Amino acid sequence: MLSELPPAAAATFTVKVQRQDSRDSAAYFEAFTVARAPAQNIISVLLAIAEKSTNSEGKKTTPVVWDCNCLEEVCGSCTMVINGRVRQSCSAMVADILKDPEAQNTITLQPMSKFPVVRDLWVDRSRMFENLKRLQAWVPIDGIHNLGAGPKETPDHQTERYDISRCMTCGCCLEACPQFTKDNAFVGAQAIAQAMYFNSHPTGATLKADRLDVLMAEGGVSDCGNAQNCVKVCPKEIPLTEAIAKAGRQLTVHAVKKMFEMK
Amino acid sequence: MAKSSSTAARVIVVGGGLAGLSAALRISEAGTQVDLFSMVPVKRSHSVCAQGGINACNEVARQQGYSEWQHMDETLLGGDFLSHQPPVYEMTHWAPKIIDLLDRMGVPFNRTKEGFRDLRMFGGSLFKRTHFAGASTGQQLLYGLDEQVRKQEAAGKVTKYEFWEFLWPVIDSDGACKGIVAQDMRTMEIKAFRGDAVVIATGGCGMVYGKSTMSTICTGGAAARCYQAGALLGNPEMIQVHPTAMPGEDKCRLMSESARGEGGRVWVPRNKGETRHPNEIPEAERNYFLEEKYPKYKNLVPRDIATREIFFKWQEGYGIGGQPMVYLDITHLPAETKNKLHSILEIYQKFTGDDPRQVPMKIFPAVHYSMGGLYTTYTPYSPETDKISRPEARRKANEGMEFGAPNNGMTNIPGLYSFGEASYAYHGATRLGANALLSCIFDGLFCGMSVANYAKGAGFVGKPAAEQPQALYDGLVAQEKAKVQKLIDNKGTENPYTLHAELGREMTLAATVIKTEARLLEARARLAEFRARYAKIGVADTNLGHTNQTVAFTRVLGDMLIYADAIVEASIARKESRGSHYRDDFQDRDDVNFHATTQASFDAASGRAKIKYEPITLPLVGLRPRVYTND
Repeated sequence: MLSELPPAAAATFTVKVQRQDSRDSAAYFEAFTVARAPAQNIISVLLAIAEKSTNSEGKKTTPVVWDCNCLEEVCGSCTMVINGRVRQSCSAMVADILKDPEAQNTITLQPMSKFPVVRDLWVDRSRMFENLKRLQAWVPIDGIHNLGAGPKETPDHQTERYDISRCMTCGCCLEACPQFTKDNAFVGAQAIAQAMYFNSHPTGATLKADRLDVLMAEGGVSDCGNAQNCVKVCPKEIPLTEAIAKAGRQLTVHAVKKMFEMK
Repeated sequence: MAKSSSTAARVIVVGGGLAGLSAALRISEAGTQVDLFSMVPVKRSHSVCAQGGINACNEVARQQGYSEWQHMDETLLGGDFLSHQPPVYEMTHWAPKIIDLLDRMGVPFNRTKEGFRDLRMFGGSLFKRTHFAGASTGQQLLYGLDEQVRKQEAAGKVTKYEFWEFLWPVIDSDGACKGIVAQDMRTMEIKAFRGDAVVIATGGCGMVYGKSTMSTICTGGAAARCYQAGALLGNPEMIQVHPTAMPGEDKCRLMSESARGEGGRVWVPRNKGETRHPNEIPEAERNYFLEEKYPKYKNLVPRDIATREIFFKWQEGYGIGGQPMVYLDITHLPAETKNKLHSILEIYQKFTGDDPRQVPMKIFPAVHYSMGGLYTTYTPYSPETDKISRPEARRKANEGMEFGAPNNGMTNIPGLYSFGEASYAYHGATRLGANALLSCIFDGLFCGMSVANYAKGAGFVGKPAAEQPQALYDGLVAQEKAKVQKLIDNKGTENPYTLHAELGREMTLAATVIKTEARLLEARARLAEFRARYAKIGVADTNLGHTNQTVAFTRVLGDMLIYADAIVEASIARKESRGSHYRDDFQDRDDVNFHATTQASFDAASGRAKIKYEPITLPLVGLRPRVYTND
């Protein structure tokens, strides 16, 4: 039932993994030969590699290190670059990837290039969480005592917020962004969208000016080059470019307000 | 003993899912410093996988004849009376407050046209009492709590240790827990941390079954380590098999109960060997077997019942194409309803290539939740000690728990707490859908106050962590380093990944939907064989100078074998059928002999589980047959 093999498919395929022993060591490629199986995703491939720990040359090697958890594309952990495309490895099905004749029966796995490598395919995405802290990405409630319900909300407004709230901090949008680099200050689409998410909540909006101050400073919205790659690679189809445009509008108003305040 | 020192208390929370995060919030807000440990960035915890919703009595249901009391009664009946009643009373009566709080945190709950929180049907109830955010409610609740904990972190009240694995609880000479040993999963550094109380909120043990709906970190490893250090397990045999999951090679992916809550129907073709496409099979030739047998609850009977019915249909030869699969059909639902299920439909399509809006889904039961876990205690509410309520407003004895009593949620080891799925409380022999998110958050918010009070001195046992001898911590760090070194030096021939797959298959065959004495005894023998093979394990990566997932996986495999033994032994010992524990050779519930909590203790000499029973009192609701066919 699941991703059945086309009749002519080869029994095995090659997996080229970009490996790196530690944060500062050099990267290298190691190839593995893996048997096709029904319903095979990249996670099953990496598990098969770990179990055999033998590369294509028949040499014993160490299992490939990678980050994963839920395996159903909702935790964001297992993001990597697969045949040049950044995506979650759990929902990357081998049959779909190899269907492409350009793949030439080979799958190349690389760590995301915009974050420091921990080892092999595992990268350190703490920068994304730090940005959420800088942007005060929370609703500043008075505390957890029982103080009744939150504000009422229309279904349309809820839908608008829910669409952004499905962001799993995976980093696809940042990997695809030409402006976001390993060593610059740009916060990127994910953080900007989250700022808009909290600015659109009645209690969350009490910190709106603080968030806009961050987005106005270096690394803020003006660093966006409008390449619109982010929205194309987002696995949850979050309206990232709309959020960035909205942030731009809020910043214009914010800047004008600040000008008057300065008088 | 009161705490002798004025040193500020510190609490360690292990696990950053709903239970751990809500505990961190409660404890830090009560003024106690929290160190929060997690194997993943907390925002990636397994709670994100919860889909359907969170139960609470609400005004609409109330005005239709529902109440918190009924929510409690449903939970007790669903659990086949294996849970203690005062904690379930408290949880269900707190539930509406929890929804309000999450609402204030900005969780995007679905809304009615007028702007109120929308509700959906869920299993084990005839009332709409499930609050939801699309079909990714767990994710949304987790994010709401994650954001609040980030706020506490920014304020310096919570310190996060992400990518750290819990290895062992530190227990002092008075037998009380005073910290943990943990390992940085990136640098492999093993280190001890002092804490005046420790909360284990590490979730379930699905990985013991190889493939389940759980995440890869849900090994039961932390609970198994506490068990080896002397904590009791409660009802480890109570494992929930969810009726509807997508079978997969690496895991079984959950297909939420909300699909049925929104009107989805489970069916098989009436003809064995049916070869037509499901959309071409006319209504008359479809068997909606749950609706036929359970005309009142229909597709929303408790999970263990739906699971068995599906399993039996497959055994009778009615599985799709003879395979272990049945149809879960939402194709007839209006587009608006399908949109509420968008996130799960999207996942089904991504993994199978079929559009469930057009074609019925193919699903089968899969291991999903551990009702059992670390055994915990509590103080029942008593009007005698209630100094706050007016006399006429006081509840009756056992109607709830005493808020802030130091032992609420505490294991048999003083200072060691267990919250959420890692604990055995609340769900008895079956958990009702949408009660898990509730119990996790309730534990954190309600029992979290108990932790804060204990750490500050209420009922505190032994000297504070800050005054404990360094040797206590150094000794346990050495113990953990030695364990790792032993794995490295072992140089055996057994492959940890192969052994894990075999363990999973064995446990799935022997200890899930249908259990029998004969099959369980076979599993007992197989586990002995697995333990012998584990002694000859070899790790393919022996370098501890860099991130080494192989060593960590091999280590936790040893703990999974120990947890599996407790599951199998408790399953053999319980010679009755109750909720999720279905014994084909003892098909009835036996209240005379088994209306009792299973307590498994670890026998260090044999490395095996010892089983005994603790009777359960019935202060609020009497026993009655668990019947869903009529009502």
